[in-house]
Amino acid sequence: MKLLAALFAFLMNLPERPMRWAQGRLAGGRLGWVFVAPNLAVFAVFTFLPIAIDFHYALSGGTNLLPAERPFVGGENFATLLDCVDHFDPNTCRRDLFWHGVWNTMRFVGFQVGLMLGFSLLTAIVLNRKIIGRGFFRAMFFYPVLLSPVVVGLIWKWILQREGVLNAGMMGVGAAPVNWLLDANWAFFWSVFVSIWAHMGFYTLILLAGLQAIPAEINEAAAMDATPPWRHFRRITWPLMLPSVLVVLVLGLIRAVQMFDEIYVLTGGGPGTATTFIVQYIYKTGFADQVRQYGLAAAASLLLAGVLLVLTMIQLRGMRRG
Amino acid sequence: MVRFLTRTRGHAAWDWTDWAAHLYLVLGVLVMFGPVLWLGMSSLKSESGIQAFPPTFLPYEQVSVDVEGRGKLKLYRVTAGEFAGRELGEVRRMGLQVQLVDPAAPATLIRVAVGDREPVMHLRAAWDNFTGLFSQFPFFRYLWNSVFITAVATVLTLLVNSMAAFALSKYRFAGRDPVFLLMLATLMIPPTIVLVPNYLIASQLGLTNSPWGVIWPAVATPTGVFLLRQYMLTLPDELIEAARMDNASEWRIYWRIVLPLSAPALAVLAIFSVMWRWNEFLWPMVVLSRSESFTLPLALNAFQGELTTQWNYLLAMTVVTLLPVTVIFAFLQKHITQGIASAGVK
Amino acid sequence: MGGLSLRNVTKSFGPTKVIHGVSFDIADGGFTVFVGPSGCGKSTLLRMICGLESVTTGDVAIDGVVVNDIPAARRGLAMVFQSYALYPHMTVYQNMAFGLENLGTSAAEIARRVGEAARMLKLEDYLQRKPTALSGGQRQRVAIGRAIVREPKIFLFDEPLSNLDAELRVGMRAELTALHRRLKTTMIYVTHDQVEAMTMADTIVVLRAGRVEQVGAPLDLYNNPANAFVAGFIGSPRMNLLPGTIASVAGGVVSVGLLGVGVFATEALAAGHEVGAEVTLGIRPEHITTTDDEGPGTLGGVIAGVEQLGGLSYVRLESPDMTVQIAGQTNLGFGAAARLRLPAAAIHVFDKSGAALARGDQA
Repeated sequence: MKLLAALFAFLMNLPERPMRWAQGRLAGGRLGWVFVAPNLAVFAVFTFLPIAIDFHYALSGGTNLLPAERPFVGGENFATLLDCVDHFDPNTCRRDLFWHGVWNTMRFVGFQVGLMLGFSLLTAIVLNRKIIGRGFFRAMFFYPVLLSPVVVGLIWKWILQREGVLNAGMMGVGAAPVNWLLDANWAFFWSVFVSIWAHMGFYTLILLAGLQAIPAEINEAAAMDATPPWRHFRRITWPLMLPSVLVVLVLGLIRAVQMFDEIYVLTGGGPGTATTFIVQYIYKTGFADQVRQYGLAAAASLLLAGVLLVLTMIQLRGMRRG
Repeated sequence: MVRFLTRTRGHAAWDWTDWAAHLYLVLGVLVMFGPVLWLGMSSLKSESGIQAFPPTFLPYEQVSVDVEGRGKLKLYRVTAGEFAGRELGEVRRMGLQVQLVDPAAPATLIRVAVGDREPVMHLRAAWDNFTGLFSQFPFFRYLWNSVFITAVATVLTLLVNSMAAFALSKYRFAGRDPVFLLMLATLMIPPTIVLVPNYLIASQLGLTNSPWGVIWPAVATPTGVFLLRQYMLTLPDELIEAARMDNASEWRIYWRIVLPLSAPALAVLAIFSVMWRWNEFLWPMVVLSRSESFTLPLALNAFQGELTTQWNYLLAMTVVTLLPVTVIFAFLQKHITQGIASAGVK
Repeated sequence: MGGLSLRNVTKSFGPTKVIHGVSFDIADGGFTVFVGPSGCGKSTLLRMICGLESVTTGDVAIDGVVVNDIPAARRGLAMVFQSYALYPHMTVYQNMAFGLENLGTSAAEIARRVGEAARMLKLEDYLQRKPTALSGGQRQRVAIGRAIVREPKIFLFDEPLSNLDAELRVGMRAELTALHRRLKTTMIYVTHDQVEAMTMADTIVVLRAGRVEQVGAPLDLYNNPANAFVAGFIGSPRMNLLPGTIASVAGGVVSVGLLGVGVFATEALAAGHEVGAEVTLGIRPEHITTTDDEGPGTLGGVIAGVEQLGGLSYVRLESPDMTVQIAGQTNLGFGAAARLRLPAAAIHVFDKSGAALARGDQA
């Protein structure tokens, strides 16, 4: 331990000389640039530059990874993605998988965010009561949040497999076993369920913090006014926690739109295309297909980025108002 | 129902809403933690235990006996017929009949109908699922990759983000606020959006199939900068001026004064970073394609495709993957939940 | 070896000018106090001297060397901060040693100097404690010790006693003075408390709104304030300042008329001011005496309040609004009529701009 501390001290002393030199050259706060430089460099290389390349890819064709060797095709990639006879029927689209992804994602987002918000709210309200072992319960509801998406996917795959514990339970009560992940509707249901299971603890925590931020005096004042409980909730609790509900709603939307990892492990996007979402389309088109169509993947990324941008704007506006 | 929604910390005796609340929570724990427990239990089952249907909760295994001249035999209890009640080792199965042998008298074969015998089970944790990970797979390699990436990325994240946060909170310089806003704006650019171009950049930099390909893009996080900056703003400027008067260079001020005093915020960020890197999936999957560079989640994902029959190893590997996070959570539960509630990020 | 001089020093934060051309010299080895109301720029001035703030225009020179571009650490100064700014994660010993370590001082020398400072400040028993485990006075001493071990040319104190309670403050005042006597090092001390300034300083620099109002020894400032501001700021209770006009000029000396009160002879020289000019008459509460006389130089009023402190009494009058200090106890009571004399020798006269009219004894 002591050795480790000494090593750390030694390493941290290394930049001393160059930094002192820089300090001598840079007057005032300009040394600040030196301190932000590593961070900015990483952002520049892995966030800002990629955005620019994204646009280049989206506007160029071919399967070459090197930007210089990709022919400019204008909006062709977008046109390809958006080309449908009937946008509501993915099978009539040139990139049917993309549109399956779009509609699945929208359906998923609707169910997942709505239900998750409901359960998180309910759990937060329950946890805000005088509960025996509240810390334990809070921890239990939160625990899955920490798990790797791959672990989450595998846990549920193990439970839902044909000879899994759930089917054993079904037979125990006399029902027929179901091939949970091979039936399109059930697979979609479990995608929603598992993603709620894995993430609701996080949102519960935010809502609980919002609830606990309501000063006790306000509740006591309302009690002194003999406010009926339902009215108390509608007129006092709900308006005061509305800001955190909004945060949860928008954060939940932003995350749900990008859902991929755990569902990919759980269902692989199947059966068929039943649980293929947009991000999986991007991954598949750019990295998993035999012919890697980076242009299409980048175009899809940018479309997704547009959606996320709108959601973030809504969030910022909501936060400013809150 | 109505009272259930609004009651917070009453001191009255329990009414039905209290019962309902506790019932909900107990059911919730069953749903939230039950699957993890089931996974843990399953990972301790032997291969045959895992295939048993309906499954048992505890890891039972069929008892084996050493029979002279016949090697290890599985032990069965005969349930009907002339030999009912006796525990015999099974030699072989022949159609609808099995040949059994009494371990005490290995010379005589006994024939019993298949349906007239049941396995003798005992509780036994199959630890060899875990030891087998090391002997039968390059598991140590995956574990090392994950540990290396997590540790190095976390150290670098803390260093790089705290440096930026220090400048953004304690210096006045032209362009400081635009830089801060720019960093915050990257919150809007999730990694999924820049997956394709990042792959290009990583491959051009020679980072594919290298742990550094996962580490470098992760080192600068807007969340980390924000978290640390907000904390450092609360450190009094006079401390830094005192250090300046004490002839400390700016670098020394940063690492001898500001860094130690930001320990609480650094701890929160460290926990986040460990979780992020240990659990990360999509980007490593893109950038690490050779199996010797796999992290644990990648190895898990690869094996779940290949080894459908070897669930015992897959489950053990899953348990090993979730174990570190679980242990950290068990010890730092309060700090993690508070940190997340206050930062609003994960 | 710690003389300091400021030449036309100004400081602007963006468009706001906070120091308007300050010039003065501080002799080596002195104890100088910057005093002024909050916002007068005294702390800014101190921070410019030590190098924590840059100088907008003008020069700061230490021992004749202009130090404008020399960073704080290399000016050879040490500062005691208002909040003490002790490093909370270091022990008392480490706090004092940190600056020396940065200078590359040998461990033995550090130990010697810290030990010496600790002995001087009675901190020997606390060297291994963290600052949070110390009382306010002890923390204050650690902050001073941290400055002492540096053996600086000049000590700078930024309102160091303002976080202490009243009793401790009086004690620390004496300790600081004793320390100065022992070290004989130049000390510059910033405070808004004129009592601290009066009791500790060799030289006081009175500042207001970024300008020097007067520089001088404490009693000089007290006896001969250069203007109405210094007159009102130095001394407790405050000098009475009454608006009036010059009633007459005889032999170059003015008499001041207070409307509806009377005319008072002074020793102030007219120096070009004419009869009828608006002036302010100033007189310290302790210089006013009670009298039965109704002649010139006296006034009458109704008592609006009496504060009996035992050894002293303050009597407050309405119309004219003034405070009178009476030695010992008084039997004057609320509502009673009082007759007071304003001795000519004790009267200060300030012109419309606030500047004091020179007095005969000074001319």
